[in-house]
Amino acid sequence: MRHVLIADVEDQPGVLNRIASLFRRRAYNIESLAVGHSHRPGISRMTIVVAEDHKEAIQVAKQLDKLIEVISVTDVTEQRHVSREMALAKIAAPEMKRTEILQLANVYRAQVVDVSPGSIILEVTGDEDKIDSFVEIIRPYGILELSRTGEVAMVRGRAMPAPTLMAEDGPAA
Amino acid sequence: MKRTGAEIILDSLVAHGVHTVFGYPGGACLPLYDALYHYQDRINHILVRHEQGAAFAADGYARASGDVGVCIATSGPGVTNLVTGIAGAHMDSVPVVALTGQVPRNLLGTDGFQETDATGVMLPVTKHNWLVMNAEELPRVMEEAFHIANTGRKGPVQVDVPKDVYLEEVEFDSVPPLSIRGYNPEEGLQPDPTLVREAAEVIHGSEKPIILAGHGIHYSGAYEELLAFAEKANIPVITTLHGVSSFPESHDLSFGMVGMHGNIYANWAVDRADLLISLGMRFDDRVTGRLEDFATEARIIHVDIDPAEIGKNVNTDVGIVADLKPTIRALIDEIGQLDHSPWVKQICQWREDHPSLAIRETEIVLPQWVIRQIYHITNGEAVVVTDVGQAQMWAAQHFWYDRRNTFFSSGGLGAMGYAFPASIGVKYARPNEQVWCIIGDGGFQMTLQDLAVVKEHNVDVKIAIINNNHLGMIRQWQTLFYDSRFMSAKLENPDFVKLAEAYGLTGMRATTKSDVVKVLKEAEKIPGPVVMDLVVDEVEKVYPMVPAGSSLAETIEGDEVQEARYA
Ligand SMILES: Cc1ncc(C[n+]2csc(CCOP(=O)(O)OP(=O)(O)O)c2C)c(N)n1
Repeated sequence: MRHVLIADVEDQPGVLNRIASLFRRRAYNIESLAVGHSHRPGISRMTIVVAEDHKEAIQVAKQLDKLIEVISVTDVTEQRHVSREMALAKIAAPEMKRTEILQLANVYRAQVVDVSPGSIILEVTGDEDKIDSFVEIIRPYGILELSRTGEVAMVRGRAMPAPTLMAEDGPAA
Repeated sequence: MKRTGAEIILDSLVAHGVHTVFGYPGGACLPLYDALYHYQDRINHILVRHEQGAAFAADGYARASGDVGVCIATSGPGVTNLVTGIAGAHMDSVPVVALTGQVPRNLLGTDGFQETDATGVMLPVTKHNWLVMNAEELPRVMEEAFHIANTGRKGPVQVDVPKDVYLEEVEFDSVPPLSIRGYNPEEGLQPDPTLVREAAEVIHGSEKPIILAGHGIHYSGAYEELLAFAEKANIPVITTLHGVSSFPESHDLSFGMVGMHGNIYANWAVDRADLLISLGMRFDDRVTGRLEDFATEARIIHVDIDPAEIGKNVNTDVGIVADLKPTIRALIDEIGQLDHSPWVKQICQWREDHPSLAIRETEIVLPQWVIRQIYHITNGEAVVVTDVGQAQMWAAQHFWYDRRNTFFSSGGLGAMGYAFPASIGVKYARPNEQVWCIIGDGGFQMTLQDLAVVKEHNVDVKIAIINNNHLGMIRQWQTLFYDSRFMSAKLENPDFVKLAEAYGLTGMRATTKSDVVKVLKEAEKIPGPVVMDLVVDEVEKVYPMVPAGSSLAETIEGDEVQEARYA
């Protein structure tokens, strides 16, 4: 199963290295990892999607939390949360196909961010499923390049991600 | 006040009560050594003969003292030589601060002379590490280093300092207060009372409980608590390798060690228990045997200071993240006086029928018999530091530990070469106790260069080489699992007595049982280091044994060949 973890970490050189080293050493299956500044100065937020069962996901979270520079880790999989990723897709778009492509883009609320002779770049945002399906739909038109960001996630409502780790026998409340 | 980076570091050592450090100089840390020159009245620097020895000695010092051990190495080869020792400290959660020199800042990243990505190399084998790019950061970093090393689940840390940062002068008045927002070990010390009550309930419902005591008892200093708990609840105590000497082995409730070379009755007891109360241990594969078949009947209460250990290898029924001392105390308060005498009797019966620690009568010098003699001759009062291999296991089995924290071994990493340098560290930590290093002829040759150290400082460690002229454990495995195809198991050894003498030390050899007794007695009396070449049987195997991949229920007691040879 897929688990979505949110980790707040010190914004310091080497943090990513420690986290990557941990994942490598313990052979955790990481689907995606997105990192950027958070609203708090000096703290970066990471969203990590792991393809592990519940027990392993708990281990990932606990091992992450042991890193000194990791301030908190939460598994938000079972919490109400939104998650988004973004993709940029460069599509071979011959004159005659453009309208068709733009119509599809419209369905996915994708933005056109570049138009060049023979190609266009579309930007699409959404959850993983939406991006996957978008990619499949436009594939026949010829994808020249594809860049995806990996997922970022946030818990709905006023609640912050619950600060405690998950209980042993069930997902976090 | 103006202080250099090096002075800030040494002030920090002094402030943390460090008076002995183990190290080896080199270009990148010469400024630190120059500063040490002026601290000789406060800090005793022991020049080891290989950096690995510095890390092992710091490890031994830390385990035996309960304080942080400190080792020093230079950049490049110095730091890479430290790695094995630090990796061992990491596996065994030993608080060590490694101070390493680095090339000057302007050479960083240029593949400068003796530049190694030292924090990169050490990253996976330390609890945390720092590359300190400004001397201003040093007061904070040193404070954090000691704090992180010696709190929570302890472990080694590394402070990597470029040469010119040691020399950099900065304004320094006081150490900043600690504030590490991602690290709050004090939060995890007290047990959750609800969980304690739950645990007590589970204990009350058990008929065949076992206490599994691990390294955590030592770190928590929970000896009294363990004893009182076992007695009040009348529960048999079985230890891991690192749990050895956490519970008096002469106690009626003690059944020795579990695991690959655990007592057969201890392994059976764990296998058949209906409850394991696991205190400060981590269900290592050497303890559990085949995991799927480990203690299948048992519910598990697991207390550990590291949340990540709970549920890592085995599923727990009650997992408590806390320091052992308050937790066991709370458990004692929560439980009534219990009686498990039928269960205790059952294990005693197994022990009677299958006395794992009985030694066969023979004129041949059996290695385990030698260990037993060391036990007798030192009245069981020796502090034992073991290497890795057969002798390690015999030392764990056949010396009986009644005194607290008197057994030190490289358990998690299993690093040969550990025992001798570590015993130097142990002796510095416990100058008034007799320290015995029990080591194979193979392991001794990994770090024996520190004979120069014990000579130079007259470090009184008794080095008992259990000399079977083999990498004994390798021979054992090749006998049992590779149809006796002996490959690189035989050792062509130097004359250890002459070797000792070459270092200016006393060396003695024994080849018969009566010699062994004589040599041990003499060594015990000599005030100072002694090298004993104790020549033992070459083919004796360590038993009981759980073959790798087997379950504890499948523990083998011995083999027919071994029995027949002495029949
Ligand atoms: C540094 C290192 N290299 C290799 C090993 C693998 N190993 C484990 S036990 C052993 C044999 C040890 O021989 P010796 O020191 O003579 O002790 P004995 O087993 O004979 O008591 C070896 C090679 C190890 N544990 N550590």
